[in-house]
Amino acid sequence: MLTLTCPCCGVTVEETELAPGGEAHLKRFGPGSSDEEFETYMFARKNPKGVHFERWRHAYGCGKWFLTARCTATLEVFGSYPAQTTEPPAELIAKIKEKRPGWEGYK
Amino acid sequence: MSKAVSALNGQSHTGFATVTEAGLKGMVTLRADLDSKALAKGLKALGLKVPAQRAIVTEGARSVAWMSPDELLVLCGYEEAAQVTADLEQALAKEHALVTNVSDARAMFTVSGAKGDEVLMKLCPIDFETLEAGEMRRSRAAQVAAAVWRSGPEELSVICFRSVAGYMMGLLEVSSRKGGEIY
Repeated sequence: MLTLTCPCCGVTVEETELAPGGEAHLKRFGPGSSDEEFETYMFARKNPKGVHFERWRHAYGCGKWFLTARCTATLEVFGSYPAQTTEPPAELIAKIKEKRPGWEGYK
Repeated sequence: MSKAVSALNGQSHTGFATVTEAGLKGMVTLRADLDSKALAKGLKALGLKVPAQRAIVTEGARSVAWMSPDELLVLCGYEEAAQVTADLEQALAKEHALVTNVSDARAMFTVSGAKGDEVLMKLCPIDFETLEAGEMRRSRAAQVAAAVWRSGPEELSVICFRSVAGYMMGLLEVSSRKGGEIY
């Protein structure tokens, strides 16, 4: 069971209070993009074994979306941060790099 | 006007703790920028202030609870809820805000007794050891959304949607039966 801290209301909650939203930091390709770009945006997901950035919604609590970095292999949670951002906070990236030296980055 | 009735008309059960449907309660939900001066002023007129994150502030018969970064819930008497809504609406007239009287859309329960925590421990993924007095904790009770706080010594209050009040009462009644204590 995952235990995540919601950055919007500051409470540490377990998975059943949350709704998953899939991979975070996707770049949207909408009208005007090529078919290939749109297909990649729509369907291609990383599904890594290791560090993964995800969207979660505190569905039974404050109802806000937030982003989380966790390891899909060990379920270790590196941290969570508000969704109003286009990239993970620098200190979180530094923390992950320290723990997973071989990590190739979130992009 | 038809006579207002609460969801379960004050139904009550006593096991190792007493669970009671709290009857008619005034509830006004408020969505606004919580840092706005107009909101602080509007609440001040009601004798309340903007609560800190996850806090519930009680002054006399009224309370105001922090529900999310842009939402508050004002608890007051059932009769005065319409007036409170109108007052807040007026105070926030120039803001991007929403004030709604949800008194008839919600149900409220109280769980009282020394072992009251144990009734809810079985239903909610909340750490009751760390739930402080004056903290509003939104969570779930079994399959439905619920907001829980310590409303007095040895008393917890629970708010849920009115449509699931019967379900909530069933949960609380079964969970509070004698012999079901955890410790």
